[in-house]
Amino acid sequence: MAGDGGAATGNGALTPVHSFLARLRSGRMLGPALWAVLGLGGVIGVGVQVLENGLGPDGRVPQFILVTLNSLTLAALFFLAAVGLTLIFGLMRVVNMAHGSLYLLGGYVAYAISTDMGLEWWMAAVVAMLSVGLLGLVMEQLFLRWNLGQDLRQALITIAISVILADQMLDKFGGMPLKVSPPDALGGPFGLGVYDLSYSAFRLFVIGVAIAIGMALWVWIQRTRFGMVIRAGIDDRAMASAVGVNVQVVFAIAFFAGSCLAALSGVFGGTMLSLGPGQDVQFLTNSIVVVIIGGMGSLGGAALGALLLAFVQGYAGVYLPQDLAPYSLVVTFILVAAVLAVRPQGLFARAER
Amino acid sequence: MTTYLLLRRAAVVALLAVLALLPVIGGTYITSAIAVQSMWLGLCAVSVTFLASYGGMISLAQTGLFGVAGLITAALSVQNGWDPWAAAAMGIAAASLVGLVFGALASSSTGTYFLMITLALAEISYYLFAAVPAFGLHEGINGVFPPAILGDPVLDPAGNYYFVLAACVAVYLGLRYLVRTPFGIVLQGVRDDPIRMTSLGYNVRLHRTLIFAVAAGIAGLAGVLSAWNNTRISADSVSLAVTIGMLEAAVIGGLYRLEGAWAGALVVVALTTYGPAYTSRYNTFIGLVFLAIVLISPGGIVGMWNTIDGWIIRRLRRRQPPTSTADPSPVARGG
Repeated sequence: MAGDGGAATGNGALTPVHSFLARLRSGRMLGPALWAVLGLGGVIGVGVQVLENGLGPDGRVPQFILVTLNSLTLAALFFLAAVGLTLIFGLMRVVNMAHGSLYLLGGYVAYAISTDMGLEWWMAAVVAMLSVGLLGLVMEQLFLRWNLGQDLRQALITIAISVILADQMLDKFGGMPLKVSPPDALGGPFGLGVYDLSYSAFRLFVIGVAIAIGMALWVWIQRTRFGMVIRAGIDDRAMASAVGVNVQVVFAIAFFAGSCLAALSGVFGGTMLSLGPGQDVQFLTNSIVVVIIGGMGSLGGAALGALLLAFVQGYAGVYLPQDLAPYSLVVTFILVAAVLAVRPQGLFARAER
Repeated sequence: MTTYLLLRRAAVVALLAVLALLPVIGGTYITSAIAVQSMWLGLCAVSVTFLASYGGMISLAQTGLFGVAGLITAALSVQNGWDPWAAAAMGIAAASLVGLVFGALASSSTGTYFLMITLALAEISYYLFAAVPAFGLHEGINGVFPPAILGDPVLDPAGNYYFVLAACVAVYLGLRYLVRTPFGIVLQGVRDDPIRMTSLGYNVRLHRTLIFAVAAGIAGLAGVLSAWNNTRISADSVSLAVTIGMLEAAVIGGLYRLEGAWAGALVVVALTTYGPAYTSRYNTFIGLVFLAIVLISPGGIVGMWNTIDGWIIRRLRRRQPPTSTADPSPVARGG
């Protein structure tokens, strides 16, 4: 039956087809239709280029597989970075503008521990997560706990903290790009079994971790008692508090978990890509774009947003015509603009209040 | 009581005198590196402050608009040999136009969501500017000079100084006028109660878009003035660090008073200019000042001054013998 509510109100529509036609005639479908055509055009453009030399090993299919895997790993990284942000926002209505700084700090801590102290990658990742999570918790308790509801002030506070953290990290770790070395077991390539291709085992591991964490979070939020409390807090903070939920404890746990996730994505990013000044802002923006696309406070939205952003960026960089390649970021802009124009609250957003 | 009011008026007069005579008494360096820099940063900050106080939205996209105007002006005048005035007009018009597009995209949201959308827009424009060959990639465009009549902005900054000062005064007075027009009143209605304004028949999104375009024009003007004063502009002049600098100026000065923008800009420029002599971690210091202002005095230094001023006046009034209690004494207004 009619999938989305509101379509059949007041225009005398009898069936979904009629209501669709009515919407089409009223011009309300124009925007979505336009963007759908654009998106379809992009998919066809990529498809034609991939298949132009046939399916053999000399064609462009092997390249396509590698580009797709690169986009998938990027999507996994974006998802892990964004999910903490969206968790904290959904629950507390706080945009943690220091989220990118926590990402970078997580990577740096792992670098310092694995390089200077010679600990295993696994240990370094755990220590980075816990220490950055603790820092996030302290931040929340000191600066955000007492001005709940003043969203803009809280956002400004976290911006100030990110300025301080960025300068301190520049002092401690310098301006040169650093790289965390991957764990020995995952350091090599992994044979894919098609076209004699192989791919970094660590990157495949990142995809696996992102899927596992996504599923664990889903179970945590949808199937446990604590998750029920979180969802109650997202829907109606005052009411949850009135029926005896200690929302401050819930907030503290959410902030700790969100910061841990930021640090974990920083460790992954520092191993796959590199760490350096400016990465904090880049990952804050990436997370924010993911969340704008997917909708604030939604796990599925974060996953969909990360996939869309990573695939659009990955494919635009390779499959745009040669002379347009420097402008591949315009495609990201078009993606954001399309979502904002058609669904300003994001694709997966729930009705507000 | 009257002595205090007289003192305060004298201070305002002295401040205006210093502003009028600065190129003579301050020397070349102070004029070009401190005063003119603070004034164009103040223009950026006032576009943030104006949006915050009359539109209820904090924008991080102002650097993008600043960059559109600055880079287009620079490209047209250096590479295409346009007259600087015409190039500047073109740049500011382009910034306002881009502002309309950005405003239309962001106007459906307010508060933190608006903050995030504008941050995304600013970052995307930064990376885009850095990728356009006509804008000189990361190298930027060098040798951008103001119209000959204003003189050399580095060696003889007086002409440039007075021009930028006049621009700032014009923007300040223009904004003060704008918020008193019917359009300005509607803007404040939209800020305070969008639902009621919608049911009264006003187009809320259109008004938000328009106020954003006005602010975009101001940010564009700042971009042109910055390119002229520094004789160069590049994509890195509009990176997120610059966005944060504008926000710092606006917040430190006071987000809800237009004049605060220039006060905050002066503080930020002074700290970034003289800070490195004392510590290489001056950015941490600026961050701490920013944090302290947000935590302690959300009205910024202008708000702080108003609080102190009001406190002194109340103290003095209490000490005064009550001459006529029925006197509806006008509330002290600033200078």
